[in-house]
Amino acid sequence: MKKIFKKSDGFYDTFFRKPGDDKQSTTYCSGCGHGIVHKLVAEALVDLDMLDKTTFISPVGCSVFAYYYFKCGNIEAAHGRAPAVATGIKRALPESYVVSYQGDGDLAAIGTAEIIHAANRGENITVIFVNNAVYGMTGGQMAPTTLIDQKTTTTPRGRSRENEGMPIKVAELIATLPAPVYVERTSLHDISHIMKTRLAIRKALRFQKEGKGFTLIEVLSQCPTNWKVKPDQAGEWIKKHMLPYYDLGVFRDTSREAEQRTGGPMNRKASDHLKPGKLMEKIGIKSESESLHSSFSEKMTIDHELKIRIAGFGGQGVLYLGQILCQLALKNEYRATWFPAYGPAMRGGTANCSVVLSNREIASPIFSMSDILVAMNQPSFDKFSPFVSPDGYLFCNSSIISVEPDYEAELRDRRIKLVSIEATSLAEEAGFSFSSNIVILGKILKTLPYFHKEDVFSLIKRKFRNKEKLIQFNVKAFTLGFEA
Amino acid sequence: MARYFLKGNEAVVVGALVAGCESFYGYPITPASEIAHAASEYFPTLGRTFLQAESELASINMVYGAASTGQRTMTASSSPGISLMCEGISYMAGCELPCLVVDIMRAGPGLGNIGAEQSDYNQLTKGGGHGDYLTIVLAPNSVQEMIDFAILGFDLADKYRNPVVIAADGVIGQMMESVSFPEDYTPLYQDKPWALTGDKNSERRLHTSIYIENDELEAHNMRLQEKFSRMKAAEQRAEEYMTEDAELLLVGYGSVSRQLKAVVNNVRQRGVKAGLFRPVTISPFPAVRLEKCIRGKKRIVVAEMSSGQLHYDVKALVGNDIPISLIGKLGGNLIEEESILREVL
Ligand code: SF4
Repeated sequence: MKKIFKKSDGFYDTFFRKPGDDKQSTTYCSGCGHGIVHKLVAEALVDLDMLDKTTFISPVGCSVFAYYYFKCGNIEAAHGRAPAVATGIKRALPESYVVSYQGDGDLAAIGTAEIIHAANRGENITVIFVNNAVYGMTGGQMAPTTLIDQKTTTTPRGRSRENEGMPIKVAELIATLPAPVYVERTSLHDISHIMKTRLAIRKALRFQKEGKGFTLIEVLSQCPTNWKVKPDQAGEWIKKHMLPYYDLGVFRDTSREAEQRTGGPMNRKASDHLKPGKLMEKIGIKSESESLHSSFSEKMTIDHELKIRIAGFGGQGVLYLGQILCQLALKNEYRATWFPAYGPAMRGGTANCSVVLSNREIASPIFSMSDILVAMNQPSFDKFSPFVSPDGYLFCNSSIISVEPDYEAELRDRRIKLVSIEATSLAEEAGFSFSSNIVILGKILKTLPYFHKEDVFSLIKRKFRNKEKLIQFNVKAFTLGFEA
Repeated sequence: MARYFLKGNEAVVVGALVAGCESFYGYPITPASEIAHAASEYFPTLGRTFLQAESELASINMVYGAASTGQRTMTASSSPGISLMCEGISYMAGCELPCLVVDIMRAGPGLGNIGAEQSDYNQLTKGGGHGDYLTIVLAPNSVQEMIDFAILGFDLADKYRNPVVIAADGVIGQMMESVSFPEDYTPLYQDKPWALTGDKNSERRLHTSIYIENDELEAHNMRLQEKFSRMKAAEQRAEEYMTEDAELLLVGYGSVSRQLKAVVNNVRQRGVKAGLFRPVTISPFPAVRLEKCIRGKKRIVVAEMSSGQLHYDVKALVGNDIPISLIGKLGGNLIEEESILREVL
């Protein structure tokens, strides 16, 4: 028989990773298409001077040991995941080349999500898709590309349209996407088509080298073993069974318009080593440590864990009110924790958060009884007012909350101080209806002077940087609350 | 020292950036989505890679690809997403590729809900994926530790060439707290002669977890097991609080350990000699420390937001010598201090 597998310089001289004594021949069956495709890829990598910079991804399937042969960086991927692995490699090493070599079970069944999305992102990689209409390595089961009426070990009666659906045409499918640069289907059934395959593979690799984007070559390839034909009959089998269904040709070629890209739009050279302080500056996270007015006297001090619950409608600034209290505490060298009720609780239009302020390490950010409750709407008042500790404070937005006289008496019995404030109306008076949280903050600091209002102003200024109007509204809202 | 007020989910991203993490591949899921939000903002600002993948399977495999180049790389998800990633984690352990995986645990099984739970304990500490492998699983109980463990996690991942997991419950991911950063940090274990570098140096480098000959796979596995033994010996971490004279020992990790600490403070005032043992690594389980710690204790109470997964490991160590009970909360509800008090008093 003619020796098709003449060694290319793209292969290792001896297949040192291969177990056993024979380190020269491949593991493929006689007449298998993989050997031919390997050779075409290896020669192209050498001729295009790409080999040294190439990482070759071996798939799961008969070519799982492709890394026995290719003389470059090698990695093996889980079934179907090679395009994702390729993405990670290419983004890390945009100047290098990545070849993802995949079979039909791997690419067109378990890995459909990965191939479609890598193609759709236009990853600058080359996918060699070997379609032999069957699962080779696992024992000749049906592949997504198995033909109608083709018998396999899992379609003993032949594949039927009714039960298994039609064979997938991968090249056509990928070509419908806007990003891929080059998609062609070729075949190995005779010498002239092997030569066409050779050219297609070269083209695809060259486009990758030129940084043009995603390329995929689908190769109709022999599996005489599972087709149960003699090696020299396998070409005929392709002609007879595959060619009528799988059209050969170029399905997409935008290489002329394609701009050069390396690895992906967001991929840039990593920055130099940054000290944490510098890094925070660069990503724009501000430190809370500059305490401005903490030296003022006449303040109340927090000498225990002060537990504050804030609850209301989403949109009333409930979460932010909790955060600003924490920031005030941090400016004054206290500890603070903030924990939101998150998830579906938020979607129903209600929001609440738990805040703990303390002069020492805070044990738990979660509590059931609070020292202070800020209730910004009726449901919050009804839900949380039973969970205020004796001697605690209940700040209540009296614009929209009504407290029955009986309940007021009960609160008194529980030694809870009810502080009412028309937060919603005062916010409107301040000119900004979303500032009822800041109105209440004013009232809290008037009632419980833990922090200075100048600290509040500086935090408001920071939060609404460059938005003069919002700063004015909020300062006004605070002042109205403070003086109410 | 500069202090910052950050959410747990944001802090872990910043910690990773400080650790020199070059790429983030992920897929959004509540309650871990703020990690992807922060990463999508900060990684590109610093010229690093952020990519939203098509699934958790793709995310972990992109991480696998990036890690093979020697880059520090990470992903983050929550419980159902971690189930999908277990395939990739097994492959990475098999190939000996380092990475950081963050799990913000939510309530299960199945879709469960997005409330906090700790029920990924078994999945994360006993494997999750197929095959005999071990990952180091760090369980932070504060926002500060989200930063510290991101940095430590990358160092340990590179030290052992193995995935490292940060297992935080939803509370730690969602809460805000003040944090600080080390003045300076230089990544450890940066010599990576195994990395695929996209040049001639990589000519004979390979990452694979397939060993077709049984004997070869056995030898590979024995090498891995030897490494896992070293990890088990060197990386057990735990925190003890007032355990010295304690008669009642509370055991819990993550956010629960903070409630337990509050309980210790509370009952100490009432004259009950209580202490807290907190596993910091839930894998390797801090058996050596716990074994020492339980000596002389009269009673043990394990509290967890799962149905006795941690309790099982504690019980295995304690045996029948000391009475041990479980407070196991499920469904996304948090354990209330009162219910712990009821159990211990
Ligand atoms: S089973 Fe088929 S695909 Fe696999 S090596 Fe043999 S001929 Fe090639």
